[in-house]
Order: sequence, then structure tokens, then C-alpha cells
Amino acid sequence: MSAPAPTLPAKLRPLAPVSWKTPIMLSVIGLLSLVFFGFAGSEQTATFGISTGGDVFTLPDLVVPGIATGIVLGLGMCVLAGYSIFLAREHRPTPGWVPMVFAALFIFAFLVWVVSGARTPQISLAGLIAGSVTLAVPLVFGSLSGVLCERAGVVNIAIEGQLLGGAFSAAIIASVTGSPMLGLLAAAVAGALVSVVLAIFSIKYLVNQIIVGVVLNVLVSGITGFLFTTVMQEDPELYNSPGRLPVIDIPGLSAIPIIGPILFRQSIVGYLMYIAVAAVWIGLFKTRWGLRVRAVGEHPKAADTLGIKVNTTRFVNVVLGGAIAGIGGSFFTLVAIDSFTKEISGGRGFIALAAVIFGRWNPIGAFFAALLFGFADNLQSILTIIGTPVPSQFMAMLPYVVTVFAVAGLVGKSRAPAADGEPYVKG
Amino acid sequence: MSQSELSPGAPPPTHANTINEQQHGIWVRITQGPGLVSVLAVFVALVLGGLLIAATDAKVATTAGYLFSRPSDFFSALWAAGTDSYVSLFQGSIYNSRQGFAPFLETLTVSTPLICAGLGVALAFRAGLFNIGAQGQIIIGSIMAAYAGFAWHLPFGIHLLVVIFMGVLGGAVWGGLVGLLKARTGAHEVILTIMFNYVALYFLDFLLNTKAFQRPGETNPISPILDPSAVFPALPGSRLHLGFVMAIGLTILVAWILNRSTIGFEFRAVGANPAAARTAGVNVARSTILVMAIAGALAGAAGVAQVAGTEQVLTAGIAASLGFDAITVALLGRSTPWGTFFAGLLFGAFRAGAVTMQISTGTPIDIVLVVQSLIVLFIAAPPLVRAMFGLNRKSKNKPPKTPKHAAPAPAAPASQGGGA
Repeated sequence: MSAPAPTLPAKLRPLAPVSWKTPIMLSVIGLLSLVFFGFAGSEQTATFGISTGGDVFTLPDLVVPGIATGIVLGLGMCVLAGYSIFLAREHRPTPGWVPMVFAALFIFAFLVWVVSGARTPQISLAGLIAGSVTLAVPLVFGSLSGVLCERAGVVNIAIEGQLLGGAFSAAIIASVTGSPMLGLLAAAVAGALVSVVLAIFSIKYLVNQIIVGVVLNVLVSGITGFLFTTVMQEDPELYNSPGRLPVIDIPGLSAIPIIGPILFRQSIVGYLMYIAVAAVWIGLFKTRWGLRVRAVGEHPKAADTLGIKVNTTRFVNVVLGGAIAGIGGSFFTLVAIDSFTKEISGGRGFIALAAVIFGRWNPIGAFFAALLFGFADNLQSILTIIGTPVPSQFMAMLPYVVTVFAVAGLVGKSRAPAADGEPYVKG
Repeated sequence: MSQSELSPGAPPPTHANTINEQQHGIWVRITQGPGLVSVLAVFVALVLGGLLIAATDAKVATTAGYLFSRPSDFFSALWAAGTDSYVSLFQGSIYNSRQGFAPFLETLTVSTPLICAGLGVALAFRAGLFNIGAQGQIIIGSIMAAYAGFAWHLPFGIHLLVVIFMGVLGGAVWGGLVGLLKARTGAHEVILTIMFNYVALYFLDFLLNTKAFQRPGETNPISPILDPSAVFPALPGSRLHLGFVMAIGLTILVAWILNRSTIGFEFRAVGANPAAARTAGVNVARSTILVMAIAGALAGAAGVAQVAGTEQVLTAGIAASLGFDAITVALLGRSTPWGTFFAGLLFGAFRAGAVTMQISTGTPIDIVLVVQSLIVLFIAAPPLVRAMFGLNRKSKNKPPKTPKHAAPAPAAPASQGGGA
């Protein structure tokens, strides 16, 4: 997609292949938003609370009229779509910031639309965002596990099992030892153990990775369900009362409106999430180790030729990923609620998988994708409370629909590592 | 797994000159072939499941306390804990002295949707596609079938046929959509089907809260009961319904499609090597869409079996975990139609018996999930099972390294087919 040589006259320029997907998608969504969120919007005003009680300085509530805001934001989206069409006509690709700004406008327009149409058109923006981050924590850990495995060329469908295994072990070990920190450690070990099975079967015995992943989810669900009934329910005092990890408040910083609670008022698991995202990103893209991992995931034969031990690298990555997902699982039993129940992970491993793909196999991309899905999850429950016309089930569907669009290449293009899912046999 | 039938685990012995080598070849064929490994895999899984039951048994724990002073107590408690559960599992699924063979009829009932959906997964496997989406296809199938069953009032006979048609159509559309997206955009079917499952699940949840689907005067998300003309006739005194005959018919149909029809040959060709199939003139895109639609239709039939047979009403849990069980059924059945049929019967027996087992011995139903997934894991890794029983050593002396390289062959190509 390089720019054509300037010396050639316009008619002789080689026509670069141009994709009309993005402009068309943007135009359709833009026009629909203009009509639905703007002209067909609600006449009420939407109120967004920004500050919460403990903040150092108080920002006024954001009050916006429903229809006018919808029209302005819709027009903004249409302008961006027009710019994209203009670029496509010039045989130039749409730059990355256009869909991003577009998405931000869309989300805000949607938010104004649903809130202004609700029975009580008022929500706390700070609460919405803080809640989204909280709900996103297990998704972020799960998606990091997915990124680590898939970058090395092993498909990880077993994220759900790793989360569930982590949640269970965290609960039982923290209950028995009385130390949530040991529970956290046990969660990592359990996640890693699930991963070891995945690694042994898919790398050593060359069993199809998707089969192993699917079966492992069932296995972990069975074992934890069995032990929950036979062990935990027999004596919940002893085996299923782990206690919570304390929320660590960083004085001063945590009082900043909106970002304070997100960044500086978290449990250890929450802080570990930020550290893990940064560490995995730096590890994968800034170190020699990461270069090797990516080489193994893209072209194992070439990597092998250069002396990288392909299967050892994969094994290490899969186990490491499992440990990270396990920590994410501890969120359910040590942070969110302080007990384990059957299927407590509730399919979030699959949303994490969606976040891996939507985030284009990049830790930071996956992080933001997980945040978006956490946002959708949280918005769904808030909308049920304030009473909106949108059925909550459609909000719950959102992550999955968005992922279908992403993998189908309708919004941008997400490409898996080339050797993802293919076992490597030397020789 | 799609290849397991085309290339059996062990390579045929190439130079059978002496009698000794011939005998060795037979030995290899018995021990490396899929039959023995399947039996051993089921055995090992049952033993491990029994150990898990025993490990949480109170009596085993107390006798373990004085293991060294009186080991016989410990071992008899261990044996009792493991076998009691399995005996009641058998009594709840096949035969017991009180009810005779009535439990077996329940097994057949439970197996019906498993077989139908398992056939869908198996068919897709053979075409190199991973249909994780049976769950969603069952849900959409049940929605359509149930709606036709309680909202339309048609004459006897025609009504049931319409219900079946609608259910099958629903599954086919939901599956075909995945095939279409894969063929058009190259998106991976595993991701698509997983996402489609959840979309279907929430869609069902939404519908059950609308006027059109919710039973009048009911606040719970549950549909009206299907018309008597819309349900499968049942065998008096049991829940077994005509849907089981449909499952047998579908097994025969899938066997015919795969082994006798042109389209089935194309499916298998695409599954074995999409590039070669394309070169040979197979329309791979059309084949992908078609196989996913048929797979969806089969899962839709499982949905019909649920709403028009076993449950006769649409609820949020109509598909239970059938879609995921169907994957294990297809894997255990090695993706052949009759293999899937019998695997469906086996897992149906587990399901049916587990209810009795939970009541009489207190062993949670979840043990079935454990045994089921262990079976599939072991079947997928024949070298592991052979190593457990020391069957690898014998053949290692003769042709060095053969088992190591030959054995993984069945599992390897499926992933390439799926990834392409």
C-alpha cells in the first residue's frame, strides 16, 4: 500500500488494490446512528455523574440533550465515513485512527441514546467505568493467556478451564490455609496444571489442540463440580470461605476523579493485571525471548533452523499462559465474591478468547478489547436498573457479535499467527 | 480426527517375509489399532473416575488413617466406593431387578439428541471442520420447532412434520451461516461457532421473555406446552419417543451421505486435503457451506428431539450441555456414523444412570463429565494409552520409532484441514 511514485502522471499510476469494506461499514453504521440515535432519539436529557464522594475536586455532572447530541455525534461519524470514502477513491487505505475515533463517537452516541431513553435518565459515569474495569479483570488475564499461547502457535480454547481451575483452587487453598495470598498462588499453580495437560497432549502427543482445549474445559468443569459437591458443600466453613483480598488504596492518587479508582484503588489482582499486560507486551515485542516466541508461532521451521527449540518454547509459553489465566480465575473467588460455586467462570474464558482475536493477538489490543467487553457487561446490568428500551440480552450478545464481525474481517482485519494450531514435528 | 478412518493408526507391515514378522504384524494391528485403544481408554477413564470417587469417600478416608495396621479395610473400602457408584450407574441406565429394562429405555431417550447432534459434529469433522456450534444450532432448532409446535395449530400428522422441518431448518440456517462466513471471509469456524453459541443462548433468553414465547400467566421464562399433535408419540410407560427412530434413520442417512454419495465424497476430499480437492475440481466454498448447513440441520434435529420428544416445552436450558457432549460423542465415535451412534448410546447411558447414581450413592453427576472427557482425551492420544499398558515396548524392538511416528497420524491432519 505504499504511495505511488510522484513522478508518474496520474493516469499511469499503478492502481493499488483498495478495500471498500471499511468505508462501506463506516457509512452504514454512521447513517444508522444518525437516524436512530439522532432523529429518532429521546427528547429527555441524559445526565452523567462524573465525580464520586471521595474525590479531591468535584467536576459538575455532564448533562446533554438526547436528540441534539445524537445528531451531532451521528454527523461526526458520517464525516469520518466520508473521509474514508474519499481516501478509498484515491486508492489510499483508511488510517487506523479513523475507526478508533469512529468507535468512540459511536459508543458515546449509543450511551446518550440509551440513557436519555431510560425511565431515570441518569447514570454515574465514574461508576460505569470503574465497574467495567473490575468486570474486565478476569477477561484481561484470560486473554493474556490466549495471546501467550497463540503467539507461540498453540490454540488455547482451554482459557475457560484455566479460569475455573484457578477460581476453585484459590477458594479451597485460601479457605484451608486462611491466607488469600496463598490462594492466589494456588490459582496460578492450578491454571498452570491445566496448561501442562494441554501442552503434553498437544505438543508431545500431537493431539489436535482444539480437541484438547474443548475436552479440558469439560474435564475441569467436571472435577471442580464434583469436588464442590463432595468436599466444599460438606463443610463450607472449612473448605469454601476463602475471605477476600484487601483493596489497596494508594492515598492521594486514588481520589482523582474517574481514573483514580481504576488505577489506584484495586486489589492485588487488579494491580497485577496492569503489570501483567505491560510485562507480556514488553516481553513479546521488546525482548529476544519475545522475538523467538513470535518466530515459533509464525514459522516454526525457520525458528528451528536457527536453533530455537520450538516445542520447548511452546511448552513454556502454554504453562506460563495457564498460570496467568489461573490468577485471573482467583478474581472470582478472592475479589468478586468470597466463595466458589459451580461454573463460576460462566463462559468468560470464551469472551477472553474473543478479546484475543478482537485485540489482534496483541496484549494491549486484548486489554482494550477486554475492557470493551467488560464495559458491555457492566452497562447491561446498569441499564436493567435504570430501565431502558434495549433488552439486556442484546447487550450481553454484543461481545460475541463484535467478535464475529472482527474475525469475518468486516471491521479491520485480524490475522492469527501463521502456525497457530499446527503441531510441529521436527524433520 | 477426520482422518482416523482413512488412515488407521498403524501402518501395514511392509515386508512380511517370515512367519515371525507376520505374527508381529498381527500383534501390531491388534495393539495399535483403534479398537483396543478405545476399550482401554474407556477402562482407564472409568478407573480414574472411580479413584476420584474413592478419594472423596468418607469411609476410605477413615480407613486410610490406619492403612498400615489393617490395609485390607482400606482396600475393601476403596473398592466398595468405586464400584458401588458404577453398579448403581449400571442399574440406572441398563437393568435393575426392580424395574427390569425400563432404565434402558431412558438411556435410549437421553441418547437421542446426543446421537443427532453428534452426527452433525462428526460430519463436519470428516470435512475438516470443527463444529463447536452444535449448542447454538440445537438452540435455534428448538426455538423454531417449539414455536411451530405451540403457536401453530395444524392437523395431526402434518403438525409433527412441520415441527421437524422447522427445527431442522433453524439448525441448518444457523450452521450454514457459519459455513457462509468461513467460505466468504476465511474466518475460523471454531471462533465463529463459539460466538454463535452465545448469540443463540441470549437470543433464546430474550425470546422467552417476550409475549410471543412466554406462557400466558407465567413470570418464569418458559414457553407454552407443545400441542399434542406436535410431539413424537411415546412408548407407553416410558419417556422413549419416536425421535429415537429418527436418530437411527439419520445415522443411516449420514452413513449413506459419507460413504455412498458424491457430495459425501467431496466432503471427505475437502477434509483430507482442501488444496488437492480444489485442484480436482471440488467447489470447496460450496462444500464448506453445505457441510455446515447439514451439520446444523442434524443438530437442529437434536433440538426437535428435545422439544417435541423429551421436554415438550421450550426453556432456557433446553440444550443443557448437549452441544458440548455431542463433540465428545463424535470424537469417541471416531467421526463415523455408527461409531457416533454407539458412542451416543454410551454417553446417554452415563447421563441416564448418573441420576440414579446420585440418588442412591450420593456421587455427583459431574463425575460423568470427568469420565467422559478422560475417555476422549485418552482416545485422542493412543500412544499414551499404549504406554500405560506397556504395548509400545514390543514393537519398538523391530522397526525402531514406528509407533511414535505412526500413531499421531490420525490426529494431525485434522488440524491442518481445520486451519486451512
